[in-house]
Amino acid sequence: MTATSRTASVSVAKTNQGGGGFSWSVLIFLGPAALFLLVFLVYPTIYTLLLSFNRGRGGEFTNWVGLDNWIRLFTNDPNFLRLGIPPSGALWNNVLWILFYVSLTVLFGLMIAVMATRVRYESSIKAIVFLPQAIAATSLAVIWRFVYSPDPDTGLLNALLGVFNAGPVALLGNPDTVNWALIGVGIWGSVGFATVILSAAFKGISSEVLEAARVDGASETQIFWRVIVPMVSLPISVVAVTLVVNVIKLFDLIYVMTAGGPGAASRVIAFSMYQEAFPQGQFGYGATIAVVMVLLLIPVMVYNIRRFRAEAVQQ
Amino acid sequence: MTALENTTVKAPPRTLSERIVRFIGRTPVHLVLSLIALVWLVPSIGLFVTSFRPSADMRATGWWDISTWTNFTLDNYQRVISSEGMGEAFLNSLWITIPSTLIPLVIASMAAYALAWIKFPFRDTIFLIIVALLMVPVQVGFIPLVAAFRESGTGLLTGFGAVWLAHTAYALPFGIFLLRNFFITLPKDLIEAARIDGASNVAIFRTIVVPLSVPAIAALGIFQFLWTWNDLLMALVYVQRNAAQPMTVKVTQLLGTYATEWSLLSAAAFLIMIVPLVVFFSLQRYFVQGLLAGSVK
Repeated sequence: MTATSRTASVSVAKTNQGGGGFSWSVLIFLGPAALFLLVFLVYPTIYTLLLSFNRGRGGEFTNWVGLDNWIRLFTNDPNFLRLGIPPSGALWNNVLWILFYVSLTVLFGLMIAVMATRVRYESSIKAIVFLPQAIAATSLAVIWRFVYSPDPDTGLLNALLGVFNAGPVALLGNPDTVNWALIGVGIWGSVGFATVILSAAFKGISSEVLEAARVDGASETQIFWRVIVPMVSLPISVVAVTLVVNVIKLFDLIYVMTAGGPGAASRVIAFSMYQEAFPQGQFGYGATIAVVMVLLLIPVMVYNIRRFRAEAVQQ
Repeated sequence: MTALENTTVKAPPRTLSERIVRFIGRTPVHLVLSLIALVWLVPSIGLFVTSFRPSADMRATGWWDISTWTNFTLDNYQRVISSEGMGEAFLNSLWITIPSTLIPLVIASMAAYALAWIKFPFRDTIFLIIVALLMVPVQVGFIPLVAAFRESGTGLLTGFGAVWLAHTAYALPFGIFLLRNFFITLPKDLIEAARIDGASNVAIFRTIVVPLSVPAIAALGIFQFLWTWNDLLMALVYVQRNAAQPMTVKVTQLLGTYATEWSLLSAAAFLIMIVPLVVFFSLQRYFVQGLLAGSVK
């Protein structure tokens, strides 16, 4: 399907005859989708933007407060952003996620893809690392809460540490470790996605290029960093962008594993949005965080449109 | 499995010594890959084993204590399904997921047909707007839509109506995008010929475009099915009656009640996983195709 969709062409489609001009067909075919998108995506986006300038407590949307929510969010809410050494808060945790989860997922994904091509059980190894992709984040969170359990007779991790006379540690109960423990689970869940996409890209590199590098005396490490990585840079950027979007939308894993805790140490923005809007009932404040999410996703939106237009022009 | 298959062809080693040299040369790779397989399999196996252990065993020893594996029982499953409400939640998950998969498939394929094969003003602009809407997070809908559903006085929030509508709407941008890009690759001559023969758009859509696009529609359907089945957030917001909650929400409630009762929690977590695992293993080909089409355009 990838191969065929790449040949998709806007210019060809422009010459198609479909009756031309307005027709009832357009209304029948496009109408339901347009209605859904306008009512459930476009209108709420505008509404939420306006609500971010309103107190909005308890379902009353009448108390306009100007930029109060925005000022509080960025200057007076340590659970959202506390600038200090080290910084903390939901927005900072998202930065950590983007830096470490995205880069390590891509790196491990590519390494597994490259190593797997050298063995007969390639498809099995890829299926094994891909499996978490099919599973609910809720189940994945239960699996890892169990692994991380502080009781060495329950949690596998502390049982292993016990073998080396270390631990037990409560990774999820300690504000210093909780984010790293969660990022580890995130990587475990997403490496399979990166592996499958990058494996398809890696197979597109002709074996002659790799052979030539080997003949010239390049080591396997050099080949990985100097030949393979540059040659699959476009698919890497596509995977990385997808993972960044995952981070901005990250919710289920945090909600089930730590509920943002201990305290608010492991909150991320999508979690804060839910937490402030629903359990707390601060609709204006929650709306402000939702708008922050939209603002963070706009660069990706622009990237997608540019990439799509570039493809259309190339045809 | 085809998409995951090894396509690199290597000359087979000829002699025994060549085979041995080749094997030793690759030992580090085999070791690393075995370690990776262990890290990816063991956590899930641990949960699976625990779901069959009596809770007395669970409290006494770790799941890796093979000597206790003879005591395996289905009691945990029986208990979560009947007395903890996971059976009802399983049916709720199905009842949420099936309409939330079928409705967007129909609406998205119709819209994709219009954007691919009917000529009308601003068509490409409308398509670019849909590409932009791909990035609208579900969070922007929460406050306005919950308020609107509540004020409508229709009971959408206490039934499944709200979650069906929300899942449908937020599935459309990706669905339209994926299907439009597939529909546009269909042979133009075929559709032109049908049009010259006087076929209506409805006829072309039903008899040519949909039958030729089964792989793309199936891939999208599988994705949407798994997405809604595995969803927690939309259900938390749009399903506001406890008896209507899907399994994902039920499991988070069980975690609150039985924080360390892993026998029950593991059985409950596995109940969520059964359907996706069956879908994954039986329809892996479509699954991987959809993944590749969705991310590497």
